[in-house]
Amino acid sequence: MAKDALMDYDKALELFEPVLGFEVHVELNTKTKMFSSAPNEFGSAANTNVSPVCLGLPGALPVVNEQAVRYAISLGLALGCSIAPSSRFARKNYFYPDLAKNYQISQYDEPIAFEGSVDVEMPDGRIVTVPIERAHMEEDAGKLTHVGGSTGRIQGAEYSLVDYNRAGVPLVEIVTDIIYGAEADAPELAKAYVATIRDIVTSLGISDAKMERGNLRCDANISLRPRTAAGEPPAPLGTRTETKNVNSLRSVERAIRYEIQRQAAILASGGTIIQETRHWHEDTGRTSAGRPKSDADDYRYFPEPDLLPVEPSVELIEELRAALPEPPAARRRRLKADWGFTDLEFQDVVNGGLLVEITETVAAGATPAAARKWWTGEISRVANVQGVEASALVSPENVAALAGLVDTGTLTDKLARQVLEGVIAGEGTPQEVVDARGLAVVSDDGALIAAIDDALASQPDVLAKIRDGKVQAAGAVIGAVMKAMKGQADAARVRELVLERAQS
Amino acid sequence: MNDIIRMTAADLATHLQSGEISAVDATQAHLDRIEAVDTDVHAFLAVSSDALDTARRIDERRAAGEKLGPLAGVPLAVKDVLVTTDMPSTSGSKILEGYMSPFDATVVRLSREAGLIPIGKTNMDEFAMGSSTEHSAYGPTRNPWDLDRIPGGSGGGSAAAVAAFEAPLALGSDTGGSIRQPAHVTGTVGVKPTYGAVSRYGAIALASSLDQVGPVTRTVLDAGLLHDVIAHHDPHDSTSLKDVWPSMADAARSGARGEGLAGLKVGVVRELTGNGFQAGVQSRFDETVALLTQQGAEVIEVSAPHFEYAVAAYYLILPAEASSNLAKFDSVRFGMRVQPEGGGTVEQVMAATREAGFGPEVKRRIILGTYALSAGYYDAYYGSAQKVRTLIQRDFNTAFEKVDVLVTPSAPTTAFKFGEKLEDPMAMYLNDITTIPANLAGIPGISVPIGLAPEDGLPVGIQVMAPQREDARLYRVGAAIEALLEQQWGHTLISQAPALGGK
Repeated sequence: MAKDALMDYDKALELFEPVLGFEVHVELNTKTKMFSSAPNEFGSAANTNVSPVCLGLPGALPVVNEQAVRYAISLGLALGCSIAPSSRFARKNYFYPDLAKNYQISQYDEPIAFEGSVDVEMPDGRIVTVPIERAHMEEDAGKLTHVGGSTGRIQGAEYSLVDYNRAGVPLVEIVTDIIYGAEADAPELAKAYVATIRDIVTSLGISDAKMERGNLRCDANISLRPRTAAGEPPAPLGTRTETKNVNSLRSVERAIRYEIQRQAAILASGGTIIQETRHWHEDTGRTSAGRPKSDADDYRYFPEPDLLPVEPSVELIEELRAALPEPPAARRRRLKADWGFTDLEFQDVVNGGLLVEITETVAAGATPAAARKWWTGEISRVANVQGVEASALVSPENVAALAGLVDTGTLTDKLARQVLEGVIAGEGTPQEVVDARGLAVVSDDGALIAAIDDALASQPDVLAKIRDGKVQAAGAVIGAVMKAMKGQADAARVRELVLERAQS
Repeated sequence: MNDIIRMTAADLATHLQSGEISAVDATQAHLDRIEAVDTDVHAFLAVSSDALDTARRIDERRAAGEKLGPLAGVPLAVKDVLVTTDMPSTSGSKILEGYMSPFDATVVRLSREAGLIPIGKTNMDEFAMGSSTEHSAYGPTRNPWDLDRIPGGSGGGSAAAVAAFEAPLALGSDTGGSIRQPAHVTGTVGVKPTYGAVSRYGAIALASSLDQVGPVTRTVLDAGLLHDVIAHHDPHDSTSLKDVWPSMADAARSGARGEGLAGLKVGVVRELTGNGFQAGVQSRFDETVALLTQQGAEVIEVSAPHFEYAVAAYYLILPAEASSNLAKFDSVRFGMRVQPEGGGTVEQVMAATREAGFGPEVKRRIILGTYALSAGYYDAYYGSAQKVRTLIQRDFNTAFEKVDVLVTPSAPTTAFKFGEKLEDPMAMYLNDITTIPANLAGIPGISVPIGLAPEDGLPVGIQVMAPQREDARLYRVGAAIEALLEQQWGHTLISQAPALGGK
């Protein structure tokens, strides 16, 4: 893969205005699929969660999953959308082996939810309102695995395997309007927007929302338009690219930044942007060209004759509206107050995309302060080093357990970091790591006193100083004891005992 | 044995209930008949090897005193468009040769639950595209009245099976006349129920918004009995109606008693008579209308000004839906697979399979439908056709404000000869001019035999149509016509069919 020329980011922003648009696919966590009774489960053996409907067998017919409709309405309402009294499914026709019927059932010109907006909180605390064009229901495709090639892509593969477990999983696709004015914050806005959608669907309980599993997928559309002098009309919109395969919040941000720099370099050198899908590569931090895409793509949409229009009653819509959880912005205000975080502390949490993790960690028994300290501190540091999401490293339950071990004095902070390392390495729960590695604080005073007495005996000058009332001199003895205990001692207790023994 | 095969399903059912005839005997008699005549007729693509076992179990259950459905033990022929677990389901196409479905079509399941015995799968135009069965990938079915002529289509196999006494009852599917036109040319009865009355689950889709499964029989009462078995709400079909239906068999019985004709308002559709209709078809139709008048019916001429666009609209909507419905036949998960020489990409395998697996009429309609749905043409073709559809529905609504039922000849001509229209698709398409409007409007229609055309001695049928959900009205009127004519003739029409195979 040839390396793209990239323009310096600030320079790119000087010359161009980034224009954004997002399509976020949310996999709903219904028990069964969108149009059949096959189970909607992740991780089952290939082609076991299938029915005649999701395999597209002759004679099979789709039936709409009413729970999926309820979820879609709830999501539409949470996005501030109007709910269509009548919406319709259409067939999107194209041949591809992961698409059993060779058409996808999707809502086209009559989506269930339309015209809403979402307030997104930026890293500096500013609220940006992202306009939502529509949210519509559709079915997911199966999964292809290309075998025999070097890249895992279809090019060069010897053969491909199809798994239809995902075929027919209910999706809601949320499409934004064109987003102007993000300017240099475009990458941060993209990340904050997807994080907000994740917060919304999580609080609604309608999706597992795990980006690494593809429960939440973001296609990021971006184009650049040249800036014009004051008083001149704005330039027309530039050609856009659609970046796919963006599987983490961090990637969303990086991919947008990359595309801005890549497109700016091309445009500045007199080139043209090709309208195409681009694949984000997490490992290299680059995008590569995918399928050329044009507005002339002909999917031969027509109304799905096998399904009736979806016509939710006003009562149902109002029932779902009444049951909506508080909006993310309000929720944040409440959580900030509940947790007693400062503005700075809270922004740290939000910017890290860690609201859900901290909420769950607190729910699992940790104090808000401890939860924040672990997630924004050590866990985020390790995540950064490894280039993964913090949430993928450790469960909230384990973080709460770790904090608990510190609270009860079983672990010091330093020991706890070692335990966390073990948990991340997959060695088990914090308690299991403590047991296996023998990392608990030595709380046996007898062992400590023996070590203190040794240390005092070998540093008589220090002992004399302490006895003279210069207690700060105790530091040297404490250090020696901690070293002798290999760090597995509570420094405060050691200090107490040192002062006690020195006087005896 | 001869007696058994010539019985109506209703009579056979009575004898089965009384124990005079066993299900095994009934099944064996029909299997023997198939063996004897189907080499000539070729109504069947597959004959069940389980039928006798199934019949034996029915006999055992009856002997054990179990209460069985009214048709328990009666053999049933099943159009190959309906998927079955015990016989291949090909829809008349090479691309599905040998395909075994893991599930039964809902109508087949209901039939089995009612104790009917599926004895075989009947021939049809490939994917139900055609009016003659000449488009079957497995060779045409012959009309029992004249083996050189077509049995109608697409359900020529079901109609011929019933007409040739190979089965007392058959299931068909009707997208633009595929039940009614074959009934017309074979002297049998065929009913297209109200759209949504019968489940489409397990019917290999041609055009989803038009397809409807229905009965193919020799008498109106038999059709009513089978209709009562299959017309139920099905949660697997979103377009299935939730109505609880009155008994169609009861409606037929009441019609046969002569109830319901006095004061009945009968509409003759001006646009579907006269010009373009074979003389003998028109004269038999006129005589039947006159007979209805004699019985106290009021005959009113009505106009349906948009019917002239029905065939054009139909041949946009049907191919459009079919082009999408048939996309699933791609070799990836089931059915025929053709590897191009030296391997090939999945796209090339799909293309080679579809090239080899589909016949010319199927390809013609896929191309037509793909074109009609294409960006830039959608509004002009598919969009306009849907508007015509609405106008035709309005024509029906207007007509049904004035009349209780509408009548037309079931088809413009009697059975034509093989090859006569094969090279002229338009002529073939126009043979469905009388039946297509009912599909576009979703209303029910029945074809009942009304005699032989004097010029060729071939059967002619009358089509009766009623408003949506008024299927019972068809049975009442259809049975009345049938009873009056048989009284006049002193015999049934089907009894005049020539003997087959010299047996």
